[in-house]
Amino acid sequence: MTTKILEVKLPTIDELMEGIAKGTKTAVEAARFCFNRIDEEDATVHAFLSLNREGALARAAEIDALASAGEALPPLAGVPMGIKDVLVVDGMPATAGSKILEGYRPPYTATAVQKLADAGAVVLGKLNCDEFAMGSSNENSAYGPVRNPHDTERVPGGSSGGSGAAVAAGMAVATLGSDTGGSIRQPASFCGVVGVLPTYGRVSRYGLIAFASSLDRVGPFAATVRDAAKVLGVIAGHDPMDATSSTEPVPDYLADIDKGVAGMRLGVPPEYFGEGLDPEVREAVEATIERLREAGAEIVPVSLPHTRYAVPTYYVIATAEASANLARFDGVRYGYRAPNTHTLAAMYKCSREGGFGAEVKRRILLGTYVLSAGYYDAYYKKAQQVRRLLTEDFLKAFDAVEAILTPTAPTPAFKLGEKTDDPMAMYLADIYTVTANLAGICGVSVPCGESHSGLPIGIQILGRHFGESTVFRVGQAVEELSA
Amino acid sequence: MAETERVAAEDVRRVAELANLELASVESVRMQRDLNAILDYVAQLNELDTSAVEPMAQVSDILRTGTQSATAALREDRASSCLDRQRVMAAAPETDGIFFKVPKVIER
Repeated sequence: MTTKILEVKLPTIDELMEGIAKGTKTAVEAARFCFNRIDEEDATVHAFLSLNREGALARAAEIDALASAGEALPPLAGVPMGIKDVLVVDGMPATAGSKILEGYRPPYTATAVQKLADAGAVVLGKLNCDEFAMGSSNENSAYGPVRNPHDTERVPGGSSGGSGAAVAAGMAVATLGSDTGGSIRQPASFCGVVGVLPTYGRVSRYGLIAFASSLDRVGPFAATVRDAAKVLGVIAGHDPMDATSSTEPVPDYLADIDKGVAGMRLGVPPEYFGEGLDPEVREAVEATIERLREAGAEIVPVSLPHTRYAVPTYYVIATAEASANLARFDGVRYGYRAPNTHTLAAMYKCSREGGFGAEVKRRILLGTYVLSAGYYDAYYKKAQQVRRLLTEDFLKAFDAVEAILTPTAPTPAFKLGEKTDDPMAMYLADIYTVTANLAGICGVSVPCGESHSGLPIGIQILGRHFGESTVFRVGQAVEELSA
Repeated sequence: MAETERVAAEDVRRVAELANLELASVESVRMQRDLNAILDYVAQLNELDTSAVEPMAQVSDILRTGTQSATAALREDRASSCLDRQRVMAAAPETDGIFFKVPKVIER
């Protein structure tokens, strides 16, 4: 197992910004350091798909000029960050991990990325991911898989594998990913970093290449809960360009973060601790829950009775929405166009056939099937009804408890190639994460232990809609208790 | 309890047609196998009686509390500038600068 990649730890956001303000560090040094890390390790890890050396160093120099002039620094001044390649950035490629967008250069920037840039963050480049965010291992990228920095024979998780690996490998202080069925939380768990699933509508989806519009979220990865909370504070908020974005005010996510868990009621759902859970994951998560109890939390069993229907519900709804969202990739306006076609219909078919990978095609077919005449009621409408039942499970639970504790993933990181032959086996990796996407609630995965072979294990903390502050407070406690 | 419809080769062809995907025959066989496996798994949703349950397409159905009105997501109906045409056309596979050029729509 390769541990050399993990030897380097970057400063936290506070440490870096304090240094820049005092003059003991510079943003240019920090950016150069990260690019060196990438040059050294990314041939193995493959977290990045494209780099923005010139742009990043220029922005870093601007930040250093502000600092030298004694000016007030914006909230993420000089922080080196990576952006998942499903988020568009003007001036950088956006592939969504697919050949169908090879060479595509978007003419605009995603709101979440613009907010980071306005806050002084230094965008290092675009991060590798499963094609169109469809996958749980980053093995579906058309540009090659990402390897887990903790063990390069293993997957980093997916679909935001590059986002998780980049933070774990000390290539970026924080990154942005997207989460439709677990794609931030599960790689965070596999890579031993913090990953946040904001409430649906908390962060604008403008500029996020859409997979499933009622499930997609943009969210941060970082090495610490505090850093993740800071990044969320910058990217959250209403956006007129996203009709589903919420006008709910954004609180200071750090205000309650150190309050600890004494007196809090935290729920543990038995449905997430049953069959299929790896014994080492169970051990690490249960030990963490015990530590929280010792720290003064009241641990309460709370049932989420419809949990077992979450994965089938998810795979109907997500694929149905994806089949609609991916209809725009037709060779007409951008991306890959198949050569030598003589009718429009042939051009559509050949471009899509040539540009999309197998998993994407599988999901488009499944989604089209469940929406087609004769099957819509049996599958899609049914799934939407079950979705309401799953959501009501959570609403009832949050009447009784402030947050819910579960494992993030049923196993630690599996080996590359282990699950690629059996789509169902891969889909079951999402078993603990899809529920939160269906219900619209928020959550975070925080490292809480390791397997006996040293693979990271994450605990998932779920909160009610717009309950991110509570989730961060519990997460901070877990981080301190796991140190 | 409803019987699961199994996906036949003809179904895969029909669905691929709807989705504008041209599958090679080897792919088609694999897709048929995979779709059947997934739909068999999805069939367990039929265990639940949902006759009295309203479908939920969007989370915003339940997020709309007292602090938000249904008009919160609307904006003024006023035309404003959009993307720069040149930038957009720069990404097009084939263009005359104004339009996207494509092969003819109908075979004569």
